Amino acid sequence: MTGAIVNPEIGDPSAAYSILPGHSSGGRMERLLRQGRFAVTAELNPPDSADPREVYERALVLSEVVDAINATDASGANVHMSSVGICSLLTRAGYAVVMQISCRDRNRIAIQGDVLGAAAMGVANILCLTGDGVQVGDQPAAKPVFDLDSIALLSTIRAMRDEGRFLSGRKLTTPPRVFIGAAENPFAEPFDFRPTRLAKKIAAGAQFIQTQYCFDVPLLERFMARVRELGLDKRCFIIVGVGPLASARAARWMRANVPGVHIPDAVIVRLEGAKNQKAEGKAVCIETIQRVRAVAGVSGVHVMAYRQEELVSEIIQASGVLKGRARAAKQRNAT
Amino acid sequence: MYAMRLFSVRQARAMEAAYAALERALLALDPVFKRLGYSRLERPVAAVERIVKGFFFDCRMCGQCALSATGMSCPMNCPKSLRNGPCGGVRPGGFCEVKPAMRCVWVEASEGSARMPGGGTIAEALPPLDHRHWGRSSWLAVARGEHAKLGAP
Repeated sequence: MTGAIVNPEIGDPSAAYSILPGHSSGGRMERLLRQGRFAVTAELNPPDSADPREVYERALVLSEVVDAINATDASGANVHMSSVGICSLLTRAGYAVVMQISCRDRNRIAIQGDVLGAAAMGVANILCLTGDGVQVGDQPAAKPVFDLDSIALLSTIRAMRDEGRFLSGRKLTTPPRVFIGAAENPFAEPFDFRPTRLAKKIAAGAQFIQTQYCFDVPLLERFMARVRELGLDKRCFIIVGVGPLASARAARWMRANVPGVHIPDAVIVRLEGAKNQKAEGKAVCIETIQRVRAVAGVSGVHVMAYRQEELVSEIIQASGVLKGRARAAKQRNAT
Repeated sequence: MYAMRLFSVRQARAMEAAYAALERALLALDPVFKRLGYSRLERPVAAVERIVKGFFFDCRMCGQCALSATGMSCPMNCPKSLRNGPCGGVRPGGFCEVKPAMRCVWVEASEGSARMPGGGTIAEALPPLDHRHWGRSSWLAVARGEHAKLGAP
């Protein structure tokens, strides 16, 4: 327990677990991963709304099957409720969250302040991202910031946590006890450099990785073979991104418009040939999870079901990855 | 110029050798530069550097040159100014997410570094840019022996 002042109504989310020796955070996700459990995380689609109920409704749907909920930071460079705002709501209700921080919209001053605020609210996991370019979003006229890159962001947060100092060297009094993550895209060029980049991220402080959508398991296997050769799977937890495709048309649209998404033609052909494309997309996702789980060095899956949150629970249940354990992203009463 | 920039990466090995020679020369010239006064040299040297490196690398004059650690592909040509590797948005064929007609600066960098005997430095993380150095000469920083310290917060 952190001994913080706690509102008995809501509990102190940061104190749901005490920090075990050798652990960085008091969070549920780090604890599960270190126990060797197969972790399940999912992305919450942020509302274009100031209504907290929209966040809570979506979190409730996910919480029965996931270990932590990712709060995205204007992904695709579209404006939505901020990751800090969503984390504020979710931690207040006792959910375990992964707060995403993109380098696109804020400079090092804003980001370091957000990290302290997040840790104070009970955020135990932070995912460090470069961020999609502003050209893909709804505000292409915006100024891209990119003051830090994802690797500089990782080392900055690690220095705040482990050395108790800001990037400037100035001391802070209570360090943010967070589990630090990064993204990787095994499905984009330069393929040979991707494992090196992963090693760089781990050296900069990444303890877990959430990957881009996997629709091509052989490509993932190739990447993981190199990762194992370098021993990187022993130095961080690799959580593979998956998601259901709503239809062949949606798949084509994603491939053309969402940066870094690789969907092989075979997957699209399979969807096109199906009577019920949505059901087929779900089946592909379930199979992908099962195949990904069998890849050595993979520690979990991250489900990104864009505007299909209601499917996440069925997909996870059907995949069988949860057999034999109780789950809850809701960590109130979790100890 | 884009074509010249690609050429320089293809010639990364020769460029690396030329750079090593330049670095030795600059370090040797430190006493001379001191006598002349670094502050007086800043503008003319930066002007020459802008022209030469602009021609070969499309240099943006960030003032913290990292070409030897980036396969002779200037990372400041990345629309996200990434200094530690490619983002996840690289298009099939190795093209840039933001500028689809341009090869990803980091795809180029990984190819360039493979041609350089000292290319292994691409695996080391560069610190974030110090935005106070924009427009300043990296060459004079090398001569002063400050190059290693650049990129501090």
